[in-house]
Amino acid sequence: MKYFGGVDVGSTQTKAVILNEEGQLVGRALLDMETSMVTIAQDAFDKCLEDAGLTADQITRIGSTGYGRYNVTFGHQQVTEISCHARGAVYLFPKTRTVIDIGGQDTKAIAVKPDGQVADFTMNDKCAAGTGRFLGAASYALELSLGELGALALKSQNPVRITTTCTVFAESEIISHLAKGILPEDVLMGVHQAITSRCVSLARRVGINPEVTFTGGVSRNIAMVKLIEQEIGMPLNVSPDAHFCGALGAALMARDYVLNGGQAVETAAAEAA
Amino acid sequence: MTTQTTAPTEEFNGHLEGQKLFKKWYSDLETGRERGEKVANVFVMGNAIEILRCFDFNLVFPEINALQTGVRKVSEDYLRDSEDYGYSPDVCSYVKADVGLILREQKHPAGLIPKADIAIMSNMCATFIKWGEIWERMLNTPTFSLDLPGQRAGNWKVRPGDAQHIADAQWIESQFRDLIDRCEKITGKRFDIDRLAEVEDRVNRMVKHWNNVMALNRVSPAPYNAMLDGLTYIGIMNVYRGTEEGVEYMRRLEESLRAKVARGEGRVPNERFRLLFSGTPCYVSMRRLVELFETWGGVFAYSDYLTFAAGGMDAGEMEYDTSRPLESLAEVTALAAHRGLSNQFFAHERLAQQIRDYDVDGIVFHGIKSCRFVSSGMADTRNFLTNEMSVPSLYIESDLIDPRYWSDAQIKNRVDAFFESLKQRGGSAITAGKEAATTTQETQA
Repeated sequence: MKYFGGVDVGSTQTKAVILNEEGQLVGRALLDMETSMVTIAQDAFDKCLEDAGLTADQITRIGSTGYGRYNVTFGHQQVTEISCHARGAVYLFPKTRTVIDIGGQDTKAIAVKPDGQVADFTMNDKCAAGTGRFLGAASYALELSLGELGALALKSQNPVRITTTCTVFAESEIISHLAKGILPEDVLMGVHQAITSRCVSLARRVGINPEVTFTGGVSRNIAMVKLIEQEIGMPLNVSPDAHFCGALGAALMARDYVLNGGQAVETAAAEAA
Repeated sequence: MTTQTTAPTEEFNGHLEGQKLFKKWYSDLETGRERGEKVANVFVMGNAIEILRCFDFNLVFPEINALQTGVRKVSEDYLRDSEDYGYSPDVCSYVKADVGLILREQKHPAGLIPKADIAIMSNMCATFIKWGEIWERMLNTPTFSLDLPGQRAGNWKVRPGDAQHIADAQWIESQFRDLIDRCEKITGKRFDIDRLAEVEDRVNRMVKHWNNVMALNRVSPAPYNAMLDGLTYIGIMNVYRGTEEGVEYMRRLEESLRAKVARGEGRVPNERFRLLFSGTPCYVSMRRLVELFETWGGVFAYSDYLTFAAGGMDAGEMEYDTSRPLESLAEVTALAAHRGLSNQFFAHERLAQQIRDYDVDGIVFHGIKSCRFVSSGMADTRNFLTNEMSVPSLYIESDLIDPRYWSDAQIKNRVDAFFESLKQRGGSAITAGKEAATTTQETQA
């Protein structure tokens, strides 16, 4: 059996996966970012090998993605996370035509063709408003873990409107609302609505066509899923592996390369289309 | 008048020869005061330099001074000076670099810039008039504002010779006559209409070569990069317009590029993708930007900036009638102004034609952080090209010369993703062996 690796070195976390040649996920690892991208990439992959019960010499080919993709010194090919998320999303949900990915510092919307190719994409401006970092600022100000935010926000009855578009200033705006006695859940819902507004605006630029697949770490936030669904008026595909979607796409492309006899695969065909 | 024909000079390097001419221009500016020469500040568009040349004004282009601070990697120093003085980071970075220049007593990395005896402004850019007011306040510079009519309604165009065009030209001509009076008073020289005809003849010859240079990049492989080499060419086109040196540069450039095309040499060794750049350049990171694209075998075959900054001269109908120099200058200025001012209404039509002419695989839009005006309309144009022509496009954003807006990792990510999607589309749609010669204008008598 051949195995293929994918490593996604993002701005806040590094994700690694291992696939077998049939395309099944056999290992996963997720580590928070450290100073050295080279070290974190290696550590994440080692952990992933451990999770899969494999050794490095059993891995045929490794693809890397994310901002730190060139820091994966053991990788064989580098592809941007835009192509990887499209590839991974179509693998997880073959009828995907739109991908919304919210990561630590990037939010992206990708229009996907029926055969899985990237038709168009757009990303947030040079600003972290509307990204996971915005939620990070809220969790810091409210002294809550990221995992607690979504559930608490959904308890809101009177959400406030967060007006600042700056992640740094958002923190002071949150504190100012709390100081006025506004309930944490109402402030949090305002934060979630602000992110939703930004990311759906990006998605509208490339066109929102069903099915829509939500990827990236923020897809684990139940309030974000609910708000985006309300805003776009259609359900979102959310996989338990959505957080690993970029790494999955990178591994799939590494697998494509080998299964196609060493040719770079430039068409990301839909896995089950 | 005809263009001189000489033996091929394949060693002519348009970039290096352009740099030499720029150096000479800056040097002449610095020493001109000692020779008692008068100085005029002009903008690249809507500037009436044909008239100013008749009075031997040395021409200062504040926009070019500003972009040169970017090219020379010192723009941030000038921008910070103007921000320390009180200008907001959102203000046009060209303006702020110029304010920085004033605060540094005209000391520019290329030399000392003389203060102007007159500044010509126009409404070709909303900022020009305000910029001129800064010179009035800070330097007591006398100013002259040209009112150049533009778009009056959606889907309405001025066509050469129609009633509106004639009316606009007459209005502009009356302003030119006022400008001539001002120039006579400043210089003490009498206006010579024959001299204007001579200047216009030189412009006509230079523009013919310019248009041929543009057309030569329709072949594959493209002999030059419109966003790197092209910016040098457009710089010479602006600064040396109406001079014999300018004509000769453009003639030799055309000759050298023709030879390059004949040898099958391209700017990029293995041209895979032909691209069109839309918008104003990012001078402070231009080499890096081009490198990001050329790494993928992508070459900018054309840039609509070259149309803009040449005042629409490549539109094919901007030739001066030297038998009636002043009237013709007004007519051409009216057309050029209309093209510039109405651009955002018709950008999609112009780009659609350029996409076909230059056989490009994709288009790159560059939004400017410190000039939202020039970036407006890009979304509509992108939608049109995507939906009506299925032309892939990429939108990136930085600034004219403010390095603080250049985010290398993010831009590289977008560029790489753009090429990955172009590759997925099946690679370039290059038409090999297309003949450029058939599309160029005849320049030899």
